[in-house]
Amino acid sequence: MSNGAAAAVSSPRRRAPLPLVLAAGLVAAAAAVPIAYLVVRALSADEAGRALVSLDLTVELVVNTALLAVGVVAAALVVGVPLAWLVVRTDLPGRRLWGLAASLPLVIPSFVAALALLGALAPRGLLQQLLEPLGVEELPEVTGYWGALLALTLSTYPYVFLLAAAGLRGIDPSAEEAARSLGSGRAAVFFRVTLPALRPSLAAASLLVSLYVLSDFGAVSLMGYDTLTTGIYTRYEALLALDAAAILALVLVALAVVIVLLATRFGARGTIYRSTPGAGRQAEVVPLGRWRWPALAFCTSVLGLFLVLPLGVLVWWSVQADPITGRAGIAWDAALNSALAAGVSAAVGALVVLPAALLAWRYPSRIARFLERLTLSPSALPGIAVALALVFFGARVGGVVYQSLGLLIFAYVLRFMPYSLASTRASLDAVSPRLEEAARGLGRKPLGATVSVVLPLARTGILAGAALVFLSAVKELPATLLLRPIGFDTLATRIWEGTALGAYAQVAPSALLLVAIAAPLVYLLSWRNAWELGAAD
Amino acid sequence: MGCSMIRLEGVTKRFGTVTAVDEAHLCVDRGEIVALLGPSGCGKTTLLRLVAGFERPDGGAVEVAGRTCSGPGTWIAPEERRVGMVFQDYALFPHLTVAENVGFGVPRRERATRVAELLEIVGLTEQRRRYPHELSGGQQQRVALARALAPSPELVLLDEPWSNVDPFLRETLRAEVAEIFRPLGVTVVLVTHDREEAFSLADRIALMRNGTILQEGTPEELYFSPASRWAAEFVGAANVLSGPVVGGLVETPLGTFPANGSSTHADASVLVRPELLELEPDPAGPAEVVAREFRGHDVLYRVLLEGVELVSQRPSTEVVPLGSRVSIRLHNGRVPVVD
Repeated sequence: MSNGAAAAVSSPRRRAPLPLVLAAGLVAAAAAVPIAYLVVRALSADEAGRALVSLDLTVELVVNTALLAVGVVAAALVVGVPLAWLVVRTDLPGRRLWGLAASLPLVIPSFVAALALLGALAPRGLLQQLLEPLGVEELPEVTGYWGALLALTLSTYPYVFLLAAAGLRGIDPSAEEAARSLGSGRAAVFFRVTLPALRPSLAAASLLVSLYVLSDFGAVSLMGYDTLTTGIYTRYEALLALDAAAILALVLVALAVVIVLLATRFGARGTIYRSTPGAGRQAEVVPLGRWRWPALAFCTSVLGLFLVLPLGVLVWWSVQADPITGRAGIAWDAALNSALAAGVSAAVGALVVLPAALLAWRYPSRIARFLERLTLSPSALPGIAVALALVFFGARVGGVVYQSLGLLIFAYVLRFMPYSLASTRASLDAVSPRLEEAARGLGRKPLGATVSVVLPLARTGILAGAALVFLSAVKELPATLLLRPIGFDTLATRIWEGTALGAYAQVAPSALLLVAIAAPLVYLLSWRNAWELGAAD
Repeated sequence: MGCSMIRLEGVTKRFGTVTAVDEAHLCVDRGEIVALLGPSGCGKTTLLRLVAGFERPDGGAVEVAGRTCSGPGTWIAPEERRVGMVFQDYALFPHLTVAENVGFGVPRRERATRVAELLEIVGLTEQRRRYPHELSGGQQQRVALARALAPSPELVLLDEPWSNVDPFLRETLRAEVAEIFRPLGVTVVLVTHDREEAFSLADRIALMRNGTILQEGTPEELYFSPASRWAAEFVGAANVLSGPVVGGLVETPLGTFPANGSSTHADASVLVRPELLELEPDPAGPAEVVAREFRGHDVLYRVLLEGVELVSQRPSTEVVPLGSRVSIRLHNGRVPVVD
């Protein structure tokens, strides 16, 4: 192939069809709505509103949030990296099984983790009931900072584990061998070669974990730890101080932006270069020897605490009779609502990103890249900020929109469409533009070629994107709390409300159902791409 | 020659600051097999894509089968040009079977019969239900050919069709393709950087360099009367000998040759193909064999004559040892002047 043709393939200077650009532009503009509304609302806050967000309080909430984020990131790294190394690089007995089990807590949303921990460890909780015959009167209370830290570590360390494992598999073993031949011992190699090569993976994982913590409302509210999200929620729900809530939401968004910038700077300095592409050799398997036992003890205690304990608690509460109502069962009405809202969001979320994805794939240009970035940007926005902005939007538009199911679905789509866009783009990138040309050469119109060739080839990515939107919408708590129509309960809101009231037994079956819905989806997706999966929260 | 199938008038295509095709002119007649031959980066693939309609020219006009497809204010989309294209990587639809790939461009009512017909022609009837990844490279190429031919186009374009195939298979596939195309009377334009490929398949060759077409002609014309020294060396091994022009003749170490009107120049060059140089062992000969390359059916000799190195190609039945002295005899043949 001639160079001229190569240039043609990489930078086709074709004019994109106007309808495609307009459609992508419309969706991207919608993605910018929340920020715009928050800024307008926060800037126009009146005296009374500003009085409710004193500088002291804001600083305190920011510090609380940052402390929690740093703590959870550190804990997730401490748990996730050794697990990944053991599973990928050593002869740990049963390492495939450990690997599967270690990624499973991903299906436990933070508010379910909080429910399980509270149910197990709270005063009069499960563990104390079990230990009472042994004369244990009181357990250390796991609430506040440490409770939130524990619950959030449970829900987020799998990101670190999955990305670190993928990073370890991607490292060129010859770099490590070169270091060995230059006289470095095994430990020196790990710290001087392996860990630096893992830095991009770990930076990406830390970004995901800290954004998760920033936007978390379920765990912190149930554990009674004040962060920006609980501050926003209180001002909105209890004080009806919308301007104050808007100011705090804007602070939260600013914090998220700072974290994204930090992570990209840190991660960009350590891009992995693989010097020998193609069929890479497997890295040497490190024999653990007698270190096998401490390693097994580590895996057992991590998974005991983060997987067996929470699931065990949920199962135990589910089979117990409820002391108040006498019967515990799954909240099927809420489950149906969840399925409805998440199902519609998944379908819409997969469809609306198609113009931007096709534009960026087929007609790459500065405008296409800009529209794609803008459509991806809500992935850094905490759900509560999006929801609050749409509350303002709904109140402004009024009528049928205000407090409607449609507005809730709009929020889900807006917040989660970055996942379907990323997934669709990834599968489109694997489709050669030659195939579309071949269809055109055989007489198909542009739209016909897209429908008969391009979309069928990208269907796995499109479906995976829809699944990611569904999964995220089912688990979304704060946006649902703010935007749901009156009397509209989802599994997430029902579980959160029940836990807040201490009715653990009553909501445990619903929590199990939620985990059961998420599990197969996560299992299907997790081996596709750890990044896409990571984006799911 | 006629331009009944393709006429390119001063076609230009730029990518950013790079001019891939620079005011190219080309004519192809109905039923011809034409090769676009040139080195990598000469713009030949871009030229093909301009004909197919996958690129819009920045200047000039493209006419296919007498219809202006692109030109000032005119644009016909690729799906309306009725031009078959076989891509370098075949671009088979991976989600469709062989039969579905072949039938893709055929209207529904004719699809079954047309697909059966073409699978018969390319000999893939038994593989009709397979998917592209289950086929060998040669079979994939035949599917690509059948798919391009299925809508009965009058013109088929082939983009470096054998670059992904290992050299041993190439000759077989080349013969196979010629057998498929000739009886159908389809016009074929083929892009290649391999002169043997162009020589063996094409009725006519268009030689390209730096985005323009340097020369058009039959393989014989290109080989024996190249338009320039570069063209002479691109299409085959060449001895280019220079000398002063005296009385309408060029004087060279091999003798004098008609200067074809270039007497105004102080110096001129002539092209002598290696197979025209016969070597005779002669202890008193003026030349010496300095290198010898055995190639199977022939042998390439490098001989030194009055400080000039010449290449001679002889059948391998003749043996001239390395280092021996030889006299050179010029076989009857064309010795054109080149610039």
